[in-house]
Amino acid sequence: MQIDLTPFRRAFLDESAEHVAALEEGLLRLESQPEDSELLSSIFRAAHSVKGGAGSFGFEDVARFTHSVENLLDRMRNGLVRVERSLVDLLLRANDVLKCLLEAARAKEYGQPAAAACDTRAIVAELQQRLGAPDGHAASAAPAAAGATASPKSTSLWRIEFAPHADFFRTGSDPLLLLRELAGLGRVASIEADLHAVPSWDAFEPEDCYLAWRIELESSATLAELNDVFLFSSDDARVQIQPGEAARADAPDTAVSTASVDAAPAVAHGAAQTPSGTQRRSGAESASIRVSVEKVDQLINVIGELVIAQSMVADVVNNFSPERVGQLREAVLAVERNTRDLQERVMAVRMVPIGSIFSRFPRIVRDLAAQLGKEVRLELEGEETELDKGVVEKISDPLTHLIRNSLDHGVEPPDERERCGKPREGVVRLRALTEGGSVFVEIADDGAGLNTERIRAKALEKGLMRPDDNWSQEQIHQLIFQPAFSTAAKVSDVSGRGVGMDVVKKNVESLGGAVAIHSTRGQGARFRIKLPLTLAILDGLSLSVGGQIFILPLVSIVESFRPRATALKTLLSGGEVALVRGQALPLLRAHRLLGIENAQTDPTKALLAIVESDGRRVALLVDELCGQSQVVIKNLDANFRRVEGVMGATIMGDGRVALILDVPGLIRLSEGTSSTLALA
Amino acid sequence: MNTTKQADAADVRQYLTFRLAQEEYGVSILRVQEIKGYSAVTPIPNAPPHVRGVMNLRGAVMPVLDLRLRFGLPQAETTKFTVIVVVNVANKIVGLVVDAVNDVLDCDAHSIEPCPSLGAGVDTSFLTGMAKQGERLVALLDLERVFGVEPALAA
Repeated sequence: MQIDLTPFRRAFLDESAEHVAALEEGLLRLESQPEDSELLSSIFRAAHSVKGGAGSFGFEDVARFTHSVENLLDRMRNGLVRVERSLVDLLLRANDVLKCLLEAARAKEYGQPAAAACDTRAIVAELQQRLGAPDGHAASAAPAAAGATASPKSTSLWRIEFAPHADFFRTGSDPLLLLRELAGLGRVASIEADLHAVPSWDAFEPEDCYLAWRIELESSATLAELNDVFLFSSDDARVQIQPGEAARADAPDTAVSTASVDAAPAVAHGAAQTPSGTQRRSGAESASIRVSVEKVDQLINVIGELVIAQSMVADVVNNFSPERVGQLREAVLAVERNTRDLQERVMAVRMVPIGSIFSRFPRIVRDLAAQLGKEVRLELEGEETELDKGVVEKISDPLTHLIRNSLDHGVEPPDERERCGKPREGVVRLRALTEGGSVFVEIADDGAGLNTERIRAKALEKGLMRPDDNWSQEQIHQLIFQPAFSTAAKVSDVSGRGVGMDVVKKNVESLGGAVAIHSTRGQGARFRIKLPLTLAILDGLSLSVGGQIFILPLVSIVESFRPRATALKTLLSGGEVALVRGQALPLLRAHRLLGIENAQTDPTKALLAIVESDGRRVALLVDELCGQSQVVIKNLDANFRRVEGVMGATIMGDGRVALILDVPGLIRLSEGTSSTLALA
Repeated sequence: MNTTKQADAADVRQYLTFRLAQEEYGVSILRVQEIKGYSAVTPIPNAPPHVRGVMNLRGAVMPVLDLRLRFGLPQAETTKFTVIVVVNVANKIVGLVVDAVNDVLDCDAHSIEPCPSLGAGVDTSFLTGMAKQGERLVALLDLERVFGVEPALAA
């Protein structure tokens, strides 16, 4: 029977893109943590997965190339080649070539014209050179190639330490099976159980595993084969396999190999950081989307309800009598509600974490900093913030440009920084957060800041403003978004041509967003991109005040409890405070701020939710908390207008609208600094 | 809801008419999206009284305004005739709570008279005119004006 491999090949190509991304991320981390053997193993695993898949699916050139990369990685893993910057450089370049090869394979697979040919030869030659010798292991494709150097025919002595974790049994594993499998590989010279961990009877948990074993095995098996025995229990046990004395002489380069066993969780971690394949460049961009299981489960739930609702309708229609009109109406309403729910959940599938594009920036910053001769550290924050896939894809270019801009114009050269009394290493922070119904993406650097005078002079020269214009700093700063506006003294490769900033602004505005600049001369600049949240999903806690349901963003809640009367104080000014662990927090009465009657006004019979915004904590008085849920945020201003203290609305399971509270807005309301409410 | 122009004849306009207290009002039928039975709305904090709140219209969050309160009439109990007329104003969808919907009124342009002064009870600036058919008198609403006073909705 002929099996069509096309879907598998395509899945491989998608997966490989993720592996390549994981590789890149791993390599960048490796630079700062060269001693991290676990990290190295995860890098190795990623390369190995690509190689294995490529071989199976007939991408010969990819397999061959990855093999030479893998060889070098293996040497590094075994400590034979030292990790250093130039080596990481080489591997990053090799990764680029790999990306190019995969791109070409993808183009071929989908029948698109191939991109530029990828030159593998130069890189392969360099890789070979690093290996220090002609590729001796080329023929060996086993995962732990170096471990296999012991002559496969001769038997050798292996020392194996096997210590399952306490919860080993709960994963359905059985040490006995593993020991039997080991015994099947050779002759057990000695086995010794370690009973140290066994507790006294009263502390004994019958379902915990307290035992560990030391085994000496005479076997002709290779290290890889031995590792394979523990492959599926690697997460739940500590395994150490060492060649005994006799074998060590034959295999001088076989080091302790705990690496491949530890690698599994590390790889999973790497993959989690690049959760979607959006890193591929345009063209192949929308090929697939990675969705969390939770979202799919929710979809399945809704579909289940829809099927039930549909059968209700069918039942009423099949046995129809005029009295059942009410039932029919109800059933149809249920269908309607479920359909709407389904629609929203499907939309939610399109929401991807912004981290999928953040993860490309460490590489960009690293290369660019080197090119500019600057020392820059990139800090990422809020990668888990979810945005519509379309928005995430479109925001990538503006972000790239702003980061390049920060590196080129913002952060000063190390010597100059030292003269200004700053650390030599500049910091660029990339941060995403959800606040007040919008998603904000910030690019902040601790560099020189914008030179307001120079921008002003340039604007005068270009006739963009008149000398007598009395503009605020912010207004002047906004001028840098004008087309062909550059104050850079010299044009560099990176930026300074005055194209780009206007594109940044145009792209952001086409998404319905805005860019704000905060800059302090000598201390740095911060670009804040505000993006609309029309589709964003929020983890919320539903609470009730006077019988009305509101949603509070989960991120802003610190804790909640029912206060004692002694913890409440009224100040002379009339303000109220709640003492929380010795700290006096302003008490905000939600019912008063929101103008709700029939609410519980006695704090000792209600609940205090301690909420936080911009580092400020306040105690919000609410009647009760109802539960946690994920909600789809709908804008109020689409058909109405912004309401202070409310960041949006959501539609709940029963079809009613619930308002989502905005903590900063509530605080503003309580301070009476609210700007709205100018109503007819 | 039939929103097609049935008569191309010169200047025959159609209005959906509804009742508020004892008065009959009309809005151009081209502005009406649908008519819904009254269902519970979610109040909006610190909103003026005539803004009853928001409700879910097939996934969109729609504000619901009480026309009685908008026009300074006393609030009425919700009855089974109380409906929400969903209209389009300035590209926004707004629900209007009215006492009851009557019918669709066809009238010629020349049967519409400019608005006479109605005294203090009803602010006539909301009206484009009065449609007269025999004894029947329908006040025609200018929706932009009705909401024009609302800063955000006019934007």
